[in-house]
Amino acid sequence: MEMRTEDRGWNPYVAGALLGLLAIASVYATTLWLGKTNYLGASTTFVRAAGLLEQVVSPERVGANEYFTKTKVKVDWQFMLVVGILLGAFAASMTDKSFKSEMVPPIWRERFGPSAFKRALGAFGGGVVAVVGARMASGCPSGHGLSGMMQLSVSAFIALPMFFLAGMLVASLVYGRRS
Amino acid sequence: MTTEQMVGLVTGILFGFLLQKGRALRFEKQVGALLFRDMTIVKFMFSAILVGMVGITLLSQAGVIALSHKSANLGALLVGGALFGGGWALLGFCPGTSLGALGEGRWHALFGIAGMLAGAALYAELYPFFKTTVLAWKDLGKIGLPEMLGVSPWVVIGAFGLFALGLCGWFEKKGI
Repeated sequence: MEMRTEDRGWNPYVAGALLGLLAIASVYATTLWLGKTNYLGASTTFVRAAGLLEQVVSPERVGANEYFTKTKVKVDWQFMLVVGILLGAFAASMTDKSFKSEMVPPIWRERFGPSAFKRALGAFGGGVVAVVGARMASGCPSGHGLSGMMQLSVSAFIALPMFFLAGMLVASLVYGRRS
Repeated sequence: MTTEQMVGLVTGILFGFLLQKGRALRFEKQVGALLFRDMTIVKFMFSAILVGMVGITLLSQAGVIALSHKSANLGALLVGGALFGGGWALLGFCPGTSLGALGEGRWHALFGIAGMLAGAALYAELYPFFKTTVLAWKDLGKIGLPEMLGVSPWVVIGAFGLFALGLCGWFEKKGI
Protein backbone atom coordinates (compact mmCIF):
# COMPACT_ATOMS: atom_id res chain seq x y z
CA MET A 1 0.00 0.00 0.00
CA GLU A 2 1.36 3.41 -0.98
CA MET A 3 1.64 5.71 2.02
CA ARG A 4 1.77 8.80 -0.18
CA THR A 5 -0.59 9.70 -2.99
CA GLU A 6 0.59 11.15 -6.31
CA ASP A 7 -0.30 14.65 -5.10
CA ARG A 8 1.90 14.14 -2.00
CA GLY A 9 -1.09 13.69 0.26
CA TRP A 10 -1.47 10.96 2.87
CA ASN A 11 -2.94 7.60 2.02
CA PRO A 12 -6.72 8.21 2.36
CA TYR A 13 -7.25 5.04 4.43
CA VAL A 14 -4.56 6.13 6.91
CA ALA A 15 -5.80 9.75 7.11
CA GLY A 16 -9.35 8.43 7.49
CA ALA A 17 -8.40 6.01 10.27
CA LEU A 18 -6.68 8.88 12.11
CA LEU A 19 -9.89 10.92 11.75
CA GLY A 20 -11.79 7.98 13.24
CA LEU A 21 -9.43 8.05 16.23
CA LEU A 22 -9.90 11.82 16.52
CA ALA A 23 -13.69 11.37 16.53
CA ILE A 24 -13.43 8.79 19.34
CA ALA A 25 -11.03 10.99 21.35
CA SER A 26 -13.30 14.01 20.82
CA VAL A 27 -16.41 12.18 22.04
CA TYR A 28 -14.49 11.00 25.12
CA ALA A 29 -12.86 14.39 25.82
CA THR A 30 -16.08 16.40 25.53
CA THR A 31 -17.85 13.95 27.87
CA LEU A 32 -15.00 14.18 30.36
CA TRP A 33 -14.24 17.90 30.21
CA LEU A 34 -17.51 19.52 29.13
CA GLY A 35 -19.92 17.12 30.81
CA LYS A 36 -21.81 16.46 27.57
CA THR A 37 -21.00 14.20 24.68
CA ASN A 38 -20.39 16.22 21.52
CA TYR A 39 -20.19 14.62 18.10
CA LEU A 40 -18.41 16.11 15.07
CA GLY A 41 -20.72 18.18 12.88
CA ALA A 42 -20.71 21.39 10.87
CA SER A 43 -24.01 22.51 9.35
CA THR A 44 -25.68 23.81 12.56
CA THR A 45 -22.86 26.35 12.74
CA PHE A 46 -24.11 27.94 9.52
CA VAL A 47 -27.47 28.55 11.20
CA ARG A 48 -25.77 30.12 14.24
CA ALA A 49 -23.47 32.26 12.06
CA ALA A 50 -26.42 33.37 9.91
CA GLY A 51 -28.31 34.26 13.09
CA LEU A 52 -25.35 36.26 14.43
CA LEU A 53 -25.09 38.18 11.14
CA GLU A 54 -28.83 38.76 10.88
CA GLN A 55 -28.85 40.01 14.48
CA VAL A 56 -26.70 42.96 13.39
CA VAL A 57 -29.45 44.09 11.02
CA SER A 58 -32.56 42.97 12.86
CA PRO A 59 -32.25 41.43 16.35
CA GLU A 60 -36.06 41.37 16.68
CA ARG A 61 -36.44 39.19 13.62
CA VAL A 62 -33.87 36.68 14.92
CA GLY A 63 -35.39 36.74 18.41
CA ALA A 64 -38.87 36.06 17.04
CA ASN A 65 -37.75 33.24 14.71
CA GLU A 66 -38.65 29.77 15.96
CA TYR A 67 -35.74 28.00 14.25
CA PHE A 68 -33.08 30.43 15.51
CA THR A 69 -34.55 30.18 19.02
CA LYS A 70 -34.53 26.37 18.85
CA THR A 71 -30.95 26.28 17.52
CA LYS A 72 -29.66 28.93 19.99
CA VAL A 73 -27.60 31.59 18.23
CA LYS A 74 -24.18 31.51 19.96
CA VAL A 75 -20.51 30.75 19.42
CA ASP A 76 -20.32 27.23 20.85
CA TRP A 77 -18.08 24.15 20.62
CA GLN A 78 -19.10 23.26 17.06
CA PHE A 79 -18.73 26.87 15.88
CA MET A 80 -15.09 26.87 17.00
CA LEU A 81 -14.63 23.39 15.52
CA VAL A 82 -15.64 24.77 12.10
CA VAL A 83 -13.26 27.75 12.52
CA GLY A 84 -10.56 25.25 13.47
CA ILE A 85 -11.06 23.29 10.23
CA LEU A 86 -10.01 26.40 8.30
CA LEU A 87 -6.89 26.89 10.45
CA GLY A 88 -5.93 23.21 10.41
CA ALA A 89 -6.32 22.96 6.64
CA PHE A 90 -4.20 26.08 6.19
CA ALA A 91 -1.47 24.66 8.44
CA ALA A 92 -1.51 21.30 6.64
CA SER A 93 -1.30 22.96 3.22
CA MET A 94 1.76 24.92 4.41
CA THR A 95 3.63 21.81 5.60
CA ASP A 96 3.71 20.26 2.11
CA LYS A 97 3.29 23.38 -0.03
CA SER A 98 -0.08 22.22 -1.34
CA PHE A 99 -1.71 25.61 -0.67
CA LYS A 100 -2.96 26.79 -4.03
CA SER A 101 -4.92 29.88 -5.03
CA GLU A 102 -7.86 28.76 -7.13
CA MET A 103 -10.91 30.62 -8.41
CA VAL A 104 -12.21 28.01 -10.85
CA PRO A 105 -11.55 24.28 -10.25
CA PRO A 106 -10.56 22.08 -13.25
CA ILE A 107 -13.74 19.97 -13.56
CA TRP A 108 -15.86 23.14 -13.45
CA ARG A 109 -13.63 24.85 -16.02
CA GLU A 110 -13.94 21.88 -18.40
CA ARG A 111 -17.70 22.31 -18.43
CA PHE A 112 -18.35 26.02 -17.85
CA GLY A 113 -15.14 27.72 -18.94
CA PRO A 114 -12.76 29.97 -17.02
CA SER A 115 -15.30 32.58 -15.79
CA ALA A 116 -14.79 33.19 -12.06
CA PHE A 117 -18.19 34.91 -11.98
CA LYS A 118 -20.02 31.82 -13.26
CA ARG A 119 -18.19 29.67 -10.73
CA ALA A 120 -19.08 32.12 -7.93
CA LEU A 121 -22.76 31.95 -8.92
CA GLY A 122 -22.67 28.14 -9.05
CA ALA A 123 -20.97 27.93 -5.66
CA PHE A 124 -23.42 30.39 -4.11
CA GLY A 125 -26.53 28.72 -5.54
CA GLY A 126 -25.24 25.25 -4.66
CA GLY A 127 -24.50 26.46 -1.13
CA VAL A 128 -28.04 27.79 -0.64
CA VAL A 129 -29.64 24.50 -1.72
CA ALA A 130 -27.11 22.33 0.12
CA VAL A 131 -27.68 24.00 3.48
CA VAL A 132 -31.48 24.07 3.16
CA GLY A 133 -31.20 20.31 2.54
CA ALA A 134 -28.69 19.72 5.34
CA ARG A 135 -30.79 21.58 7.89
CA MET A 136 -33.95 19.81 6.75
CA ALA A 137 -32.14 16.49 7.19
CA SER A 138 -30.60 17.76 10.48
CA GLY A 139 -27.08 17.04 9.31
CA CYS A 140 -24.40 17.03 6.63
CA PRO A 141 -21.61 14.58 5.70
CA SER A 142 -20.01 15.34 9.09
CA GLY A 143 -23.06 15.03 11.33
CA HIS A 144 -24.72 12.16 9.46
CA GLY A 145 -21.89 10.80 7.32
CA LEU A 146 -19.30 10.55 10.08
CA SER A 147 -20.94 10.93 13.51
CA GLY A 148 -24.29 9.31 12.68
CA MET A 149 -22.67 6.34 10.93
CA MET A 150 -20.21 5.87 13.81
CA GLN A 151 -23.19 5.64 16.20
CA LEU A 152 -25.02 3.27 13.81
CA SER A 153 -27.96 5.70 13.66
CA VAL A 154 -30.83 4.75 11.37
CA SER A 155 -30.96 8.41 10.24
CA ALA A 156 -27.37 8.24 8.93
CA PHE A 157 -27.98 5.03 7.00
CA ILE A 158 -30.75 6.91 5.14
CA ALA A 159 -29.08 10.33 4.80
CA LEU A 160 -25.63 9.29 3.56
CA PRO A 161 -26.87 7.17 0.63
CA MET A 162 -29.31 9.99 -0.27
CA PHE A 163 -26.48 12.55 -0.30
CA PHE A 164 -24.49 10.39 -2.70
CA LEU A 165 -27.38 9.25 -4.90
CA ALA A 166 -28.67 12.79 -5.48
CA GLY A 167 -25.13 14.13 -5.76
CA MET A 168 -24.19 11.52 -8.38
CA LEU A 169 -27.35 12.19 -10.37
CA VAL A 170 -26.90 15.98 -10.41
CA ALA A 171 -23.13 15.74 -11.01
CA SER A 172 -23.61 13.50 -14.04
CA LEU A 173 -26.27 15.86 -15.43
CA VAL A 174 -24.18 18.97 -14.80
CA TYR A 175 -20.63 17.81 -15.59
CA GLY A 176 -21.29 14.66 -17.59
CA ARG A 177 -21.16 16.34 -20.99
CA ARG A 178 -17.77 17.88 -21.60
CA SER A 179 -17.79 21.15 -23.50
CA MET B 1 -12.35 31.90 25.20
CA THR B 2 -14.31 29.35 27.25
CA THR B 3 -13.05 25.80 27.78
CA GLU B 4 -15.83 24.58 25.51
CA GLN B 5 -14.75 26.87 22.66
CA MET B 6 -11.07 26.00 23.20
CA VAL B 7 -11.75 22.25 23.03
CA GLY B 8 -13.79 22.82 19.86
CA LEU B 9 -11.06 24.90 18.25
CA VAL B 10 -8.28 22.38 18.93
CA THR B 11 -10.43 19.48 17.69
CA GLY B 12 -11.30 21.50 14.58
CA ILE B 13 -7.66 22.24 13.81
CA LEU B 14 -6.84 18.51 13.94
CA PHE B 15 -9.97 17.72 11.88
CA GLY B 16 -8.97 20.28 9.23
CA PHE B 17 -5.38 19.02 9.19
CA LEU B 18 -6.49 15.43 8.51
CA LEU B 19 -9.06 16.49 5.89
CA GLN B 20 -6.36 18.42 4.05
CA LYS B 21 -3.72 15.66 4.29
CA GLY B 22 -6.28 13.12 3.11
CA ARG B 23 -6.86 15.50 0.16
CA ALA B 24 -10.57 15.31 0.95
CA LEU B 25 -11.18 19.07 0.74
CA ARG B 26 -10.80 19.58 -2.97
CA PHE B 27 -13.58 20.22 -5.45
CA GLU B 28 -11.95 17.67 -7.81
CA LYS B 29 -12.06 15.01 -5.09
CA GLN B 30 -15.66 15.68 -4.03
CA VAL B 31 -17.15 16.05 -7.49
CA GLY B 32 -14.68 13.41 -8.71
CA ALA B 33 -16.33 10.91 -6.33
CA LEU B 34 -19.82 11.90 -7.51
CA LEU B 35 -18.67 11.37 -11.13
CA PHE B 36 -17.06 8.03 -10.19
CA ARG B 37 -13.62 9.19 -11.34
CA ASP B 38 -11.74 9.44 -8.02
CA MET B 39 -13.11 7.76 -4.89
CA THR B 40 -10.61 9.27 -2.42
CA ILE B 41 -13.26 10.86 -0.20
CA VAL B 42 -15.23 7.62 0.04
CA LYS B 43 -12.12 5.65 1.07
CA PHE B 44 -11.30 8.38 3.61
CA MET B 45 -14.85 8.44 5.01
CA PHE B 46 -15.30 4.67 5.19
CA SER B 47 -11.99 4.25 6.98
CA ALA B 48 -12.92 6.97 9.49
CA ILE B 49 -16.42 5.53 9.97
CA LEU B 50 -15.18 1.97 10.60
CA VAL B 51 -12.59 3.02 13.19
CA GLY B 52 -15.10 5.38 14.80
CA MET B 53 -17.85 2.71 14.89
CA VAL B 54 -15.64 0.33 16.85
CA GLY B 55 -14.42 2.93 19.37
CA ILE B 56 -17.75 4.63 19.92
CA THR B 57 -19.58 1.31 20.32
CA LEU B 58 -16.98 0.17 22.89
CA LEU B 59 -17.25 3.47 24.83
CA SER B 60 -21.02 3.31 24.71
CA GLN B 61 -21.15 -0.33 25.84
CA ALA B 62 -18.80 0.54 28.72
CA GLY B 63 -21.27 3.24 29.75
CA VAL B 64 -18.65 5.99 29.35
CA ILE B 65 -20.50 8.01 26.71
CA ALA B 66 -24.11 8.50 25.63
CA LEU B 67 -25.15 7.99 22.02
CA SER B 68 -27.04 10.87 20.46
CA HIS B 69 -29.07 9.64 17.50
CA LYS B 70 -30.75 12.16 15.21
CA SER B 71 -34.42 11.56 14.40
CA ALA B 72 -35.01 9.07 11.62
CA ASN B 73 -37.57 11.44 10.11
CA LEU B 74 -38.15 9.95 6.66
CA GLY B 75 -39.46 13.05 4.86
CA ALA B 76 -36.68 15.20 6.29
CA LEU B 77 -33.95 12.70 5.43
CA LEU B 78 -35.15 11.80 1.94
CA VAL B 79 -36.08 15.31 0.74
CA GLY B 80 -33.36 17.09 2.71
CA GLY B 81 -30.79 14.48 1.71
CA ALA B 82 -31.69 14.86 -1.97
CA LEU B 83 -31.55 18.66 -1.78
CA PHE B 84 -28.21 18.49 -0.03
CA GLY B 85 -26.79 16.08 -2.61
CA GLY B 86 -27.88 18.30 -5.50
CA GLY B 87 -26.47 21.47 -3.96
CA TRP B 88 -23.28 19.63 -3.03
CA ALA B 89 -22.69 18.59 -6.66
CA LEU B 90 -22.78 22.25 -7.74
CA LEU B 91 -20.83 23.66 -4.82
CA GLY B 92 -18.29 20.83 -4.71
CA PHE B 93 -17.82 21.23 -0.96
CA CYS B 94 -19.87 20.26 2.06
CA PRO B 95 -20.37 22.62 5.02
CA GLY B 96 -17.26 21.44 6.90
CA THR B 97 -14.96 21.07 3.89
CA SER B 98 -15.87 24.51 2.50
CA LEU B 99 -14.00 26.15 5.38
CA GLY B 100 -11.06 23.78 4.90
CA ALA B 101 -10.98 24.45 1.16
CA LEU B 102 -10.83 28.17 1.89
CA GLY B 103 -7.93 27.44 4.26
CA GLU B 104 -5.91 25.81 1.45
CA GLY B 105 -6.51 28.71 -0.95
CA ARG B 106 -9.59 27.63 -2.90
CA TRP B 107 -11.10 31.13 -2.80
CA HIS B 108 -14.27 30.16 -4.68
CA ALA B 109 -15.34 28.28 -1.53
CA LEU B 110 -16.02 31.72 -0.07
CA PHE B 111 -19.04 32.15 -2.38
CA GLY B 112 -20.24 28.74 -1.28
CA ILE B 113 -19.93 29.77 2.37
CA ALA B 114 -21.90 32.96 1.62
CA GLY B 115 -24.53 30.84 -0.12
CA MET B 116 -24.71 28.47 2.84
CA LEU B 117 -25.20 31.38 5.26
CA ALA B 118 -27.99 32.71 3.03
CA GLY B 119 -29.43 29.19 2.84
CA ALA B 120 -29.41 28.88 6.63
CA ALA B 121 -31.27 32.20 7.01
CA LEU B 122 -33.72 31.04 4.34
CA TYR B 123 -34.28 27.74 6.13
CA ALA B 124 -35.00 29.60 9.38
CA GLU B 125 -37.70 31.60 7.52
CA LEU B 126 -39.21 28.50 5.89
CA TYR B 127 -39.03 26.30 9.02
CA PRO B 128 -42.69 26.84 10.09
CA PHE B 129 -43.81 25.66 6.63
CA PHE B 130 -41.51 22.61 6.58
CA LYS B 131 -42.57 21.68 10.12
CA THR B 132 -46.16 21.12 9.04
CA THR B 133 -45.25 19.44 5.73
CA VAL B 134 -42.00 17.54 4.99
CA LEU B 135 -41.03 17.17 8.64
CA ALA B 136 -44.50 15.94 9.65
CA TRP B 137 -44.74 12.91 7.36
CA LYS B 138 -43.17 9.97 9.16
CA ASP B 139 -40.70 9.91 12.03
CA LEU B 140 -39.21 6.60 13.18
CA GLY B 141 -37.65 8.37 16.16
CA LYS B 142 -34.12 8.62 17.52
CA ILE B 143 -33.07 5.06 17.00
CA GLY B 144 -30.01 2.98 16.16
CA LEU B 145 -29.92 0.34 13.44
CA PRO B 146 -29.06 -2.51 15.88
CA GLU B 147 -32.18 -1.80 18.01
CA MET B 148 -34.33 -1.52 14.92
CA LEU B 149 -33.08 -4.86 13.55
CA GLY B 150 -32.89 -6.50 16.97
CA VAL B 151 -29.23 -7.50 16.55
CA SER B 152 -25.94 -6.75 18.32
CA PRO B 153 -24.13 -3.61 17.15
CA TRP B 154 -21.19 -5.86 16.24
CA VAL B 155 -23.31 -7.57 13.59
CA VAL B 156 -24.02 -4.19 11.98
CA ILE B 157 -20.36 -3.15 12.24
CA GLY B 158 -19.22 -6.48 10.75
CA ALA B 159 -21.66 -6.16 7.86
CA PHE B 160 -20.65 -2.56 7.20
CA GLY B 161 -16.98 -3.55 7.39
CA LEU B 162 -17.46 -6.26 4.76
CA PHE B 163 -19.40 -3.83 2.54
CA ALA B 164 -16.70 -1.13 2.88
CA LEU B 165 -13.88 -3.62 2.23
CA GLY B 166 -15.63 -5.00 -0.85
CA LEU B 167 -16.40 -1.57 -2.26
CA CYS B 168 -12.92 -0.15 -1.62
CA GLY B 169 -11.31 -3.30 -3.00
CA TRP B 170 -13.31 -2.77 -6.17
CA PHE B 171 -12.25 0.92 -6.35
CA GLU B 172 -8.60 -0.13 -6.04
CA LYS B 173 -8.99 -2.73 -8.78
CA LYS B 174 -10.53 -0.11 -11.07
CA GLY B 175 -7.84 2.39 -10.10
CA ILE B 176 -10.32 5.10 -9.07
